[in-house]
Amino acid sequence: MCRTLDLQQAVLARNDDSARELRAALAARGTLAVNLLSSPGSGKTALLELELGLARERGVPVAALTADLATENDATRLARSGVPVKQVLTDGLCHLEAVMLAGHLDGWLPAATRLLFVENVGNLVCPASYDLGEGLRVVLASVTEGEDKPLKYPTAFGLANLVVVTKTDLAEAVEFDEAAFRANVARVNPGVEVVLSSARGGHGVGTLLDRALAVLDGEEVHQPVMGRRAGHRHSHPGDHANAHSHELVDRS
Amino acid sequence: MHEMSIAVAVVEQVERAAREHGATGVEAIRLQVGELAGVVPQALEFCFELACAGTVLAGGTLGVEAVPARASCARCAREWAVGMPPDLGCPSCPGVAGELLSGRELQILDVRWAAESAFARADQEG
Repeated sequence: MCRTLDLQQAVLARNDDSARELRAALAARGTLAVNLLSSPGSGKTALLELELGLARERGVPVAALTADLATENDATRLARSGVPVKQVLTDGLCHLEAVMLAGHLDGWLPAATRLLFVENVGNLVCPASYDLGEGLRVVLASVTEGEDKPLKYPTAFGLANLVVVTKTDLAEAVEFDEAAFRANVARVNPGVEVVLSSARGGHGVGTLLDRALAVLDGEEVHQPVMGRRAGHRHSHPGDHANAHSHELVDRS
Repeated sequence: MHEMSIAVAVVEQVERAAREHGATGVEAIRLQVGELAGVVPQALEFCFELACAGTVLAGGTLGVEAVPARASCARCAREWAVGMPPDLGCPSCPGVAGELLSGRELQILDVRWAAESAFARADQEG
C-alpha cells in the first residue's frame, strides 16, 4: 500500500459540518443564533439579562443558553428576565462546540424562538475557533480590560460580526481611550461596527437586540476580513438567504 | 486551552483514515497551522502525544508547518505579511485587506503510515 496518504482535511471539519447543519435547521424554523464571546467578567450576563428583559417587553420570543465550566449562577440571573433559559455545564471544557449546542437545543428550544442568545464560556481564545451555527457573532469587551484587548486576542475580534463595549459607566474612572480601542478593532477587523453599552446606566441597552433582529430580517451582516479567504469568496454577496451558510464556509 | 480538542479531532480523523486504508500504525502526520488559526503549536504537540496514547497513532510524530498570515489590499492589490498582532490596513494606501491569502489554516496535510515491521517494533518498545 502507498505509505503516504494525502489527507488534506480541515481539523475542525466535523464541527464546521455540525455548525452548517445547525445553522440550516435554525434558519428553517426562523431562529437566528447569536454567539456571545468575551473574557470572564466582561459583563456578558449583565447586558444579556437586560436585552432579554427588553425582548420580553417588546413581545419578541427569545431564549438564552449560557455555558460555564461550573455553577448555574448565570442561568439563575438570566432567568429573572422571564424568558426560557438553559444552563450548560461544560465540565472543564473551555468552549462550546456545535454538536454540543445542537444536543442541548434538542427538545428544549421553544418552537416560536426568533433569537437564541448563546453565552459562550468566558474565554477569548478557544471559542473563537468554533463556529456554533450562529448568524451573528458578537465579541464583548469591558472598558476595564484595556484598549489593546483586540490586539491581544486578534482571532476573536477579527472574526466578530459586531463588537460591543461594556461597562462604559466606568470609562472615565479607568481612563478608557475609546478612539484607541476603535483603532485596534479596525486594525484586526476593518469595518466592523463597535457599539457602546452600560448595563448599570442602561446606556446602549437594546442595541444588541436591534442588531440581531435586523439580521434575522435579512440585513446583511458585516463579513470580517479574517473570515474571508482567497478562493472562498461569496458567490452571491447580496443574497441574504444564503448569507449565513456562506459565512460558515468562510470560517472553516 | 482548546489544543486538546484539536488534537483529539486530528486523532479521530487519522483513525478513520487508518481504518479505511487498513493501516496498522502511523509514522508521521503533517499539519498546517496558520498564524491566525488561534492554535499554539507547542501546546498542540504536547496534547497530541497524550491524545495518541492507546490509538493507532501512538508513537507517530507530529510535524507542524506554520503558515504566515498574508493579506491583499482591496484597493491597490498589494500583498503583505500582516504580522502579529495582525494589521489588516494596507501599508501602501489608505485601503484595507479585502481577504486573507493565508494564515487561518488548521489542516491535516498528510499521513505517513508505519511499515508493518516498524510498527511492531514501536509497539514492543511501548
